[in-house]
Amino acid sequence: MALLTLDSVSVAYGSQTILKDLKLDVEKGQLLSLLGPSGCGKTTTLRLIAGFMEAQQGTFRFAGEDYTRRPVNKRNFGIVFQSYALFPHLSVFDNVAFGLRMRKLKDSDIKTRVGRILEVVSLGGFEKRFPKELSGGQRQRVAIARALVIEPDLLLFDEPLSNLDANLRSGMRVEIRRIQQELGITTLYVSHDQEECFSISDRVAVMNKGLIEQIDRPETIFKYPATEFVARFIGFHNFVNFAERAESDGVITLRAGDRLFAAVGNPGTNHPSALKGAIRPDDLVVTAGSEAGPARVGSLPGIVKVSTYLGRSYQYVVETALGPFTANQEMEKPFYSGQSVTLQFPPDKLVLVD
Amino acid sequence: MREKHFGLGLFSLMVFVFLLGPLLIIFATSFEPGIVLQFPPHGFSLRWYEQIFKVEGFIRTFKTSIAISLLGNAFALLLGIPAAYALSRSSFRGKELLNGIFLSPILIPGIVLGFTLMKYLIVVYHLPMYTGLLIGHVVIMLPFIVRVVASSLSNFDFAVEEAALSLGAGRMKAFFKVVLPNIRSGIIAAMLIAFLESFNNIDISVYMTGPGVSTLPIEMLTYVENHFDPTIAAISVLLMVMTGVMMFLIERLMGLSHFTSR
Repeated sequence: MALLTLDSVSVAYGSQTILKDLKLDVEKGQLLSLLGPSGCGKTTTLRLIAGFMEAQQGTFRFAGEDYTRRPVNKRNFGIVFQSYALFPHLSVFDNVAFGLRMRKLKDSDIKTRVGRILEVVSLGGFEKRFPKELSGGQRQRVAIARALVIEPDLLLFDEPLSNLDANLRSGMRVEIRRIQQELGITTLYVSHDQEECFSISDRVAVMNKGLIEQIDRPETIFKYPATEFVARFIGFHNFVNFAERAESDGVITLRAGDRLFAAVGNPGTNHPSALKGAIRPDDLVVTAGSEAGPARVGSLPGIVKVSTYLGRSYQYVVETALGPFTANQEMEKPFYSGQSVTLQFPPDKLVLVD
Repeated sequence: MREKHFGLGLFSLMVFVFLLGPLLIIFATSFEPGIVLQFPPHGFSLRWYEQIFKVEGFIRTFKTSIAISLLGNAFALLLGIPAAYALSRSSFRGKELLNGIFLSPILIPGIVLGFTLMKYLIVVYHLPMYTGLLIGHVVIMLPFIVRVVASSLSNFDFAVEEAALSLGAGRMKAFFKVVLPNIRSGIIAAMLIAFLESFNNIDISVYMTGPGVSTLPIEMLTYVENHFDPTIAAISVLLMVMTGVMMFLIERLMGLSHFTSR
């Protein structure tokens, strides 16, 4: 059985629904991310699990016990806040020791445990500093140490890296994953950054408007988004509405206008008859000239409208009979605006979504 | 452009003269050696400063004023800090109304407030004069406490309090261990402002004083009705100095609060 279970949890402020009938399971030792745009309910979910707010409906079970109404201070969850929320009036040592003092540990034990955890986050020797004397990255480490030292049953991260600059962010990301795996601690991680979530998670739940749209391994979501929302959120910029589909030998043939396309099945989607195709700009292949002879499956002629340079590749907006498509292509010599080109849709890259 | 600056400078100067002039005149007249209050003074003498301590009423009412202001301050803090916390921390129905009620003693003319308090506390409920005076002063201090403490809470990141809760502190413990230490300078500033408000108050006190119970400002009022010597100028200077020192402290504390939080 899962360590953490949210069952049919609903939250509303007045007439505004924040969470609708939410169900979520987290296995022991896993790192699960809640990913979504602001307002999708991910932070509400985290605050609910933390105990800062109550669900109006549904239950929250943890390790077989009902935690729905259990007060925050009786949950033994470690929380790392977006603002770090260090105690400004206390030194690093006292910040980290706070939870242990609340648990009435002996001073000698507190000293050993604080020392040990500060080593884990590479902050040995910073005991006497105050939060305002630390850099953003160091404050972050203190916040993590403070949450970890109480040996929490669950670790919660609320957008922990959003106040750090890009360089520190990728370093901290690795650090968080390392610590989490080293200690084998069950973790819930909230972020709006897909790269961040994908890189550190065992599983990712993509949320939208108070619902989980898809929950799966990062690799699966990346390749097979279940819904149009998820696809859009993780970088599928191109969508095609197909008129009909036929399936044989695991290959799906689709028609849009007078064009035929092929796609392999999407194991992520719940609706086997989905008629919307999605493809990433990186996966579209652009070739020069419009094709001669009969139309081939998976190709679509068009005209380059805009050409922009991305550094590693060029990005084109190509106008076609099925609307505009965005394609990225690495090449020596770019296509120019107004040039006739053909777009190729590789069957294994064209994903059908709800 | 230059002319504009000149005009503005002149205007500011006039405002300063207007504001500080009377204080300077009082300051000067307090050193008058003669027995009549006059400006400019005819010499330099500290005799009226000595005189202050010979007027038994001043000493007695000074003690009363200090006692009322300090004791009232303590009660106003006990009521005001939780109120400010509730108003900043949570949102609930009628919050704006409650906020208005807490600030109303500033808005209602003191004469009216003082009369009403006297009518009920002294006339209807027969409370002792001293108790009535104390309650009156708690009422006028409360708005200042609530406002200043609420403004320092508005700079406080409540995630810090949530962190304390998540680490195992109960609500009370989190408040005393984490919230209070971080709004300390705001609370001290609130105490000082409220103290001045109470110590200098006349319009409430005037209803709650009588034979045996009086505050220093009321005693001073009575004194000028009967005497015309510079004692009153001398005692005013001392009060100005006290107020000045406290204002300086408030400025330092509120200024410093910018540096203490993060």
